Amino acid sequence: MLNGNSGATDFEAVFTDRRASLPGADLAWLSELRESGINQFRRHGLPTPRTEAWKYTNLRPLQKVAFAPSHEVSAPTVVGLDRVPSLLPSGEHVRRLVLTEGRFNPELSSIGDLPPGVSLEPLAQAIRRDPGGLQSYLGRIAHPVGQPMLALNTALMEDGVVLRVGRGAVLSEPVEVLHLGGLSDHAVAYHPRLLVLLEADSRAVLVEHFVGLSEQAYFANAATEIRVAEGARLDHIKVQAEGTAATHLASCHVWLDRQATFIGFSLSLGAQLSRNEVHVRLEGEGARCRVNGAYLMRGKQHCDNTTLIEHLKPETSCREVFKGVLDDQSRGVFQGRIMVHRGADKTDGHQLSKALLLSDRAEIDAKPELEIYADDVKCSHGATAGDIDEQALFYLRARGIPEARARSLLIQAFLDEALDEVGIPALHEALLSRVAAWLGTG
Amino acid sequence: MLEITNLHATVDGKAILKGIDLTIQPGEMHAIMGPNGSGKSTLAYILSGRDGYEVTEGEVRYEGRDLLVMAPEERAAEGLFLAFQYPVEIPGVPNTTFLKEALNAGRKHRGEGPLDAMQFLKLIRQKTQELGMTDEMLKRAVNVGFSGGEKKRNEILQMAVLEPKLAVLDETDSGLDIDALKTVADGVNALRGPDRSMLVITHYQRLLNYIVPDKVHVLAQGRIARTGGPELAEELEAKGYAEFTTAAA
Ligand SMILES: Nc1ncnc2c1ncn2[C@@H]1O[C@H](COP(=O)(O)OP(=O)(O)OP(=O)(O)O)[C@@H](O)[C@H]1O
Ligand SMILES: [Mg+2]
Repeated sequence: MLNGNSGATDFEAVFTDRRASLPGADLAWLSELRESGINQFRRHGLPTPRTEAWKYTNLRPLQKVAFAPSHEVSAPTVVGLDRVPSLLPSGEHVRRLVLTEGRFNPELSSIGDLPPGVSLEPLAQAIRRDPGGLQSYLGRIAHPVGQPMLALNTALMEDGVVLRVGRGAVLSEPVEVLHLGGLSDHAVAYHPRLLVLLEADSRAVLVEHFVGLSEQAYFANAATEIRVAEGARLDHIKVQAEGTAATHLASCHVWLDRQATFIGFSLSLGAQLSRNEVHVRLEGEGARCRVNGAYLMRGKQHCDNTTLIEHLKPETSCREVFKGVLDDQSRGVFQGRIMVHRGADKTDGHQLSKALLLSDRAEIDAKPELEIYADDVKCSHGATAGDIDEQALFYLRARGIPEARARSLLIQAFLDEALDEVGIPALHEALLSRVAAWLGTG
Repeated sequence: MLEITNLHATVDGKAILKGIDLTIQPGEMHAIMGPNGSGKSTLAYILSGRDGYEVTEGEVRYEGRDLLVMAPEERAAEGLFLAFQYPVEIPGVPNTTFLKEALNAGRKHRGEGPLDAMQFLKLIRQKTQELGMTDEMLKRAVNVGFSGGEKKRNEILQMAVLEPKLAVLDETDSGLDIDALKTVADGVNALRGPDRSMLVITHYQRLLNYIVPDKVHVLAQGRIARTGGPELAEELEAKGYAEFTTAAA
């Protein structure tokens, strides 16, 4: 190990310090879960590029700064309601739960009335109110073994969100969970945890929106676990617009039962260093998923999208499309692994990663992996990287369209294949406008 | 309108244009014919500002200004239009978006406000109908999946919408069936006027039956080898280019 990491945060010491005051400290099962989390973390330590799964993403920034737990710093800068960004169309029935530096902020949240069978509450409150209802799920879908960052989240999670949608219930309006960061005047770390449970034949749309409000360095280590029961469907849209000096590591763990559907999309724009991990287990026959994303990076930003799709039952399907736009010296990583387990016959798994490099110094590493142990399987993957099509650019300019505008049109067209997968018109619009803002055409 | 003087150009160090002189007055229609590889498209691309060509000698003036220092988009906004010999496919950009961007870019350059959605729609509806194109072709991505002839019509649609002052048509007639040729010719003729000029590159005298040129030039081996009236096209059709290719060799 380097000895120059004297600035590094000692997360184990933080755990020792905090364990007695963490939510649910009096619950044996939860304490055990946290204990197993910290043990896993201790075993592996912060991942380094020597670990295969972290080969292209170096967590060096985390070793340079000492991050205080978010509770230890003075009250976060008060954010006015008018400064709270949102992906939802403004209206009266906005359902939004805001976490400021990982903790529920009641002033900024508006949960409103919920349809029968639906509950939405902060995690810390759910642990107090109905711990029994969480016990069979928390840490079961997102199992921390071998995943040090998830393990750390499991040990240190203090707050987050629990969304439950009962059998047959339909939550047609999206629910937004807004993670606000960059509020303190020094570096903090937090570990928000989301638990999303959709019972049979229910439906919901969940938006996870990470926003940084300053250039202060901070560390958001988020985890989301999702169970979609038989015949239910969840649309999950994530937008990562963390502050420019932030480190954002997030993993989303999805369990799909028979005929369940998960439609996931992530747009990554922010953070100095980010990793968006999605693990889907297709546990029931006929379950299907989409795992799509786009990332737009510039300067020295680094963005890693890592997915693991496990087909465990017959006739399951998954399609993945990731599109990246990389400018300046930014770097993109796409690691996509598809595992078709024994007996998961007649499955369909398709994966595509495309990167558009706007500068000679931008870089993409793409690593697709297919592991197939079943029969009659249709699987494919493809990865491409290229520059702007000069011929198309000239054609547009020859029609009078200024060069910068022409470039933007081509970049937008490149991203559309991924963005068009967002089937909810209002959210599709919101994502397009984020992209336009990034391009400077908004 | 356009004054080309002693234009020399190279591609990858290879001399392609070797001293072109050509003047087009407002309202005139000129045709350029010539063997494959003689430099016709090269000339068209240099006029429109494409990268990759080095002008080693001579100059080009457009409405009295030095054309060669202008960016491609500026040339277009100033009324220069090139119908490409090989129109480019642009996946993901709908034809309507493209037309609207192009039209409004030109309007902005001239200090005019953009057309709103209704005005624009009305305009392109009318133009597409005149050119026998379908609405469906407007919704599709630019030239993607278009047949050869459809691509050529799409070039003419762009020209009709942008109403250029100087249009350079590079083999717009190639690959068109008889009816399409007639439609394209009508589109070109509709645009003719005392202030507009055209430079039509073609291999076939057939087109020139519909759009009668004021002058016909033969471009061979990088030079204008001969200039005449419409009758020159008929002569070339009968005799070919042997005279020009051997004489200059
Ligand atoms: N990028 C390039 N690199 C090398 N040579 C080139 C390049 N572009 C054009 N040329 C050469 O320049 C010459 C002129 O080409 P150009 O396309 O102008 O001919 P043209 O008269 O339009 O022919 P055609 O009638 O076949 O369309 C040809 O010999 C061609 O091979
Ligand atoms: Mg040519």
